[in-house]
Amino acid sequence: MSAVQPIVPNALAIDVAYLVTGVCFILGLRYLSSPKTARAGNLISMVGMAIALIATAFELDFAQWLPLVFGLGAGAIVGIYSARAVKMTAMPQMVALFNGAGGGAAALVSTAEFLKLDPSTSILTPDQTVTIVLSSIIGAISFCGSIIAFLKLQELMTGRPITYAGQQIVNGLVALAIVVSAGCVIANADSVPAYFIALGGAALLGFLFVLPIGGADMPVVISLLNSFTGLAAALTGFVLGNNVLIIAGALVGASGTLLTLLMSKAMNRSITNVLFGAFGAVKTSAGDAAAATGSGVIREATVDDVATMVGYAKEVIIVPGYGMAVAQAQHSVRELADQLEKKGVEVKYAIHPVAGRMPGHMNVLLAEANVPYTALYDMDDINPEFPRADVALVIGANDVTNPAARNVPSSPIYGMPILDVDKAHNVVVLKRSMKPGFAGIDNPLYENPNTVMLFGDAKSSIDKLIAAVKAL
Amino acid sequence: MSAHLLNELTVFVLAVFVGFEVISKVPTTLHTPLMSATNAIHGIVLVGALLVAVVAEPKLGAVLSVVVVFLASLNVFGGYVVTQRMLAMFKPRAAPGASGGVKK
Repeated sequence: MSAVQPIVPNALAIDVAYLVTGVCFILGLRYLSSPKTARAGNLISMVGMAIALIATAFELDFAQWLPLVFGLGAGAIVGIYSARAVKMTAMPQMVALFNGAGGGAAALVSTAEFLKLDPSTSILTPDQTVTIVLSSIIGAISFCGSIIAFLKLQELMTGRPITYAGQQIVNGLVALAIVVSAGCVIANADSVPAYFIALGGAALLGFLFVLPIGGADMPVVISLLNSFTGLAAALTGFVLGNNVLIIAGALVGASGTLLTLLMSKAMNRSITNVLFGAFGAVKTSAGDAAAATGSGVIREATVDDVATMVGYAKEVIIVPGYGMAVAQAQHSVRELADQLEKKGVEVKYAIHPVAGRMPGHMNVLLAEANVPYTALYDMDDINPEFPRADVALVIGANDVTNPAARNVPSSPIYGMPILDVDKAHNVVVLKRSMKPGFAGIDNPLYENPNTVMLFGDAKSSIDKLIAAVKAL
Repeated sequence: MSAHLLNELTVFVLAVFVGFEVISKVPTTLHTPLMSATNAIHGIVLVGALLVAVVAEPKLGAVLSVVVVFLASLNVFGGYVVTQRMLAMFKPRAAPGASGGVKK
């Protein structure tokens, strides 16, 4: 049987407590369906967690508490400190780290179960071995994959895809080694070396599979790792025969999977293409995209030109991208919007699902800058608005505005749903330089007759723009 | 497959469906808080970590137990606190004229 042998007579009460926790988690997520109720939902979820932990405490022998209190306290201090200190622009890294921590914990819990169930004293049933092996493998992949994702997002290593000859073959061989050694463990439960080969292989695969994935694909990867971690936690629940772990893990797994699908749909690419495509590694035939649009002339505007354009507009749509996050320009953007609204300009924000480095990244940044969430529009809602807008102000977004995705079949991003900024009467693109975006694709938007470019750091450009609008 | 495993599988599959149903109603604007909230929720492995650490035989070293508990509680505390911090930022449109260059 499982490890959770009833130590105390109130095992039933503990199970009831776990059920309550499961319900709290579901309600907590349900309340996330509106920003108005979301905080209450998070509190409910927190209460659920507290109930589960208190219930678990009754199963523990207090003599064994001391070292654990140390781990718990350290986790709480580090967790709370980093949660308070982290910049909103760094949320993707933070979530990647948390994913990794969860996956690592799940793998270690299963490893402990594997080692503890010494075959000489108790025999592991095939059911148990399968779940132990699966949860360790998935947890280890998630742990190591998250570390690479973190290093890339934190720019401690290059955000560009890292590729080498025979990469898929190497990954395939590692995967094969994992499967074979996992098979050995399942066939023969006391094969400790095989178990550690499987675990080590999974850790290695975690590193290897994120290496070729580039920065702009991070929203997919983070979501996928999130779903892995959930799955690993659920499998740990199978191992321990603990329903609350199963339920919580299933919820997280479902959430991660749903986000993964949404993100890859928003890029019009399959998950396999994201994982194995090494998008952005090679400079694609840039000539095609340029040739398809004609003029090739780029118009540069001055701050005063742009200020006049937006200051006397009726409607301005702001299109933020990762560049806004990099420049930490969200507060300045909000200030500009305030100035414009004072002049009677209607300001809306168009958010592409994969703008930034994780799902909802732009929304959180703008919320931090006090932009009301009612001013933020999803792609499908805002696209019909562009033909009516006087100015589309593109701040550090590139590929998600590239009309080549609509009309150049040879473009690598052809078919990806984009924000139709080119349909606005005027387009102003704030950009550091003419360097192509992440995908390395030229953007014909910049050569449109109704587009002007404002070069420079997004934050300082907007600050100058604010002053100029004030002076109008 | 044992009846025990089948029971667990039932719980799992149903929870996945509930998960899909509930999560599909979360608006895109809250997807980042959703991810950090699920980070906190999978911190529930803390329960497993505590159970395993306490009943573990010497094979699982005391150091490893502390590491497991540390990782899991990092998730729980960090996840909830950062989610609450983010959610506090989401505000509907303020009353006209109320916005006065709020600086952090």
